Amino acid sequence: MNHTTELPNHRSARVRNGAAAAAPPPARSAKRRPTSTQWAAWGFLAPVTVYLALFYAYPLYRNLDLSLRDYTVRSFVQGDAPFTGLANYRKVFADPTFAPALLHTAVFTAVCLVSQYAIGLALAVFFNQNFRLSATLRALFLVPWLLPLIVSASTWSWMLNSESGVVNATLHAVGVGPVNWLTSPSMSLASVIIANIWIGVPFNLVVLYSGLQSVPAGLYEAAALDGANAWQRFWRITFPLLRPVSAITLLLGLIYTLKVFDIIWIMTKGGPADSSTTFATWSYQLGFGNLLPAFGPGAAVGNLLVVAALVFGLVYVRMQRRQALS
Amino acid sequence: MNRSSRQRRLTAAAVTALAVAVTATACSSGSGSTDAKGAGRGTYTLWDPYPQFDKTSAWAKLLDQCGTKAGVTIKRTGFDTSDLGNKTLLAAQQGNSPDVLIVDNPVVSTLAEAGVLTTTDDNKLDTSKVDPNLLAAGQSGGKTYGTPVGANTLALYYNKKVLKAAGVDIASVKDWTSLTAALAKVKKAGKKGITFSAIGTEEGSFQFLPWFWGAGAKLTALDSSQAVSALTLWKDWLKQGYAPNSVLNNTQTTSWQEFATGDYAFSENGTWQLAGARKAGLDYGVLPIPGASGGNASAPTGGEFVTVPVQKDTGRYATAQKLVTCLTSTANLYDTDTTLSYVAPTSEVQDKQVAANAELKPWVDAVKAAKGRTSDDLGTKYPKISEQMWKAIQSALSGSKSPKDALSAAQSAAK
Repeated sequence: MNHTTELPNHRSARVRNGAAAAAPPPARSAKRRPTSTQWAAWGFLAPVTVYLALFYAYPLYRNLDLSLRDYTVRSFVQGDAPFTGLANYRKVFADPTFAPALLHTAVFTAVCLVSQYAIGLALAVFFNQNFRLSATLRALFLVPWLLPLIVSASTWSWMLNSESGVVNATLHAVGVGPVNWLTSPSMSLASVIIANIWIGVPFNLVVLYSGLQSVPAGLYEAAALDGANAWQRFWRITFPLLRPVSAITLLLGLIYTLKVFDIIWIMTKGGPADSSTTFATWSYQLGFGNLLPAFGPGAAVGNLLVVAALVFGLVYVRMQRRQALS
Repeated sequence: MNRSSRQRRLTAAAVTALAVAVTATACSSGSGSTDAKGAGRGTYTLWDPYPQFDKTSAWAKLLDQCGTKAGVTIKRTGFDTSDLGNKTLLAAQQGNSPDVLIVDNPVVSTLAEAGVLTTTDDNKLDTSKVDPNLLAAGQSGGKTYGTPVGANTLALYYNKKVLKAAGVDIASVKDWTSLTAALAKVKKAGKKGITFSAIGTEEGSFQFLPWFWGAGAKLTALDSSQAVSALTLWKDWLKQGYAPNSVLNNTQTTSWQEFATGDYAFSENGTWQLAGARKAGLDYGVLPIPGASGGNASAPTGGEFVTVPVQKDTGRYATAQKLVTCLTSTANLYDTDTTLSYVAPTSEVQDKQVAANAELKPWVDAVKAAKGRTSDDLGTKYPKISEQMWKAIQSALSGSKSPKDALSAAQSAAK
């Protein structure tokens, strides 16, 4: 809440009229009675601070530390790994896996995000019409979200099996030759993308559907009276009014998709021949996928992912702020 | 009003973004700790990779017996085998290693390199009765870091019914050429040839090694012409349709499930599937994996080592040594290896096993011919070589590179 009172000066003139009236009196006035209330405030603050420090700040610091040192199994145990600056990062950038992993991460994230959002939005608009059984059908669409990832990923992997999978059996029945979904370098990325879209659609559906509830029905009536057809009503009313909800859906989807690991690992292990390796699986592969773990480079790749997620988070905050000011 | 609530919302969004991203990577931070020490002084901790055995199992009862004999209580924790190596490294970092650790044999050299394990000079374990080819997997730099609890290895299971229908005499399968000819006959008869696991993990390398060694290749030269011939053999089987394309994603368990359908003539698999084979009602036989031009190929040894991790209080070694000696005594080894469906590491117990169950004879022979993956003083070089090897297998079988190119890329990356 303090944000409103700490805005830079050049903005305050504009803000004062609207926000200052509603804002609480400045915090400094509490200075008169510092003891008991302030102690209580610290007391309330302490649990969450300790929790954040212990479970977020410390692991993050450790991960950073891990990525800046040259860890071998011996120095990992003895704790005397020499500081090597950015050597792990240089190693990761120079690795022949880096370029494909970057490309796969970008393609995977972009295709999943766009498809999940488009399908989720289409379904949300569809279910918003409240026909008979729409609630039941909507509930059914949530199933992928409710299933544990290991179950859905294993099921996909079984369905897409080249030899005994149900997908190839169906293709065979309609006269199409078998496709090596998971074992051909040109198909494996597409296969994991398909599975991930299926898993991500319900989340988009639910959030966008609830967003649609807040669009006033009167607007549609007015537009219909003005002669707008269904397509125009969607692009001129639904879509613009859903913008804040869409932005948060896409941001959460992006962060979720960037770090997707289980589905890919269970279905293809990032292979064959790195053809479905993303940063998330690569980081795991480096740190845990080998008998001789490479903790340093693994942590470095993990940090690159954190930075990517953070950058998009800041872009979002920036966008929101500009929208709020205009 | 509107403003501040929006501001709050976006702060919340940013915090969530950060939190989610952090949890994604926190798992690689290595800050988890598992408390291994029990409360009492007379409590000794033991970690094993047998989570399938609960408190009422024969294995747990044996541990209790050995504990009572040594006058202590054993606190046992079973881990998933792929987790155990990293768990042990973390525990050693925190200074709470277990007193006795049972761990997969290729991990021993890594843990030894990390300084986590005591040598037999320190812990006074007697390894004189153990077969030297099995013990080699736990040796590096002239020192021995534990004793095997049992061994297993790979061989070819064959389905008698399928072979009979295809008119293949199993006695004719002696080398790669005759094996491939048999596969061709089976395919012609409308059945499926062979299944194995070529997955992109240690399992894939493990399954490839008998062919690799059977061609006469060495792990120090992945790009040798012998190595290329072994990978070409697999590649051709896939190309001809003798082996299914699914081998690229098969674990040894899924490859076994394929064989258990009864459609396949051969399956490369391990001792541990014997119990399942009987249950599936298959009419099967077992054949050692042939070398390129006849004879038996060396298969890699599987199975675990019992080790004694380094402790601050060196006085604990004496009791740990008593516990390990009890676990690996002749009588107990026999029971343990029967439960685990392993071949014993000493000839004394092996003879007893064959006397009780003649079916084990080909397996005992295979174990005697087997070779440790980290043997030949490869030690911690093996994991790097193995990773490049399974990558090469995947590249070649999926068609993204020729066997020769895949293996030369592997060799230059493993150096």
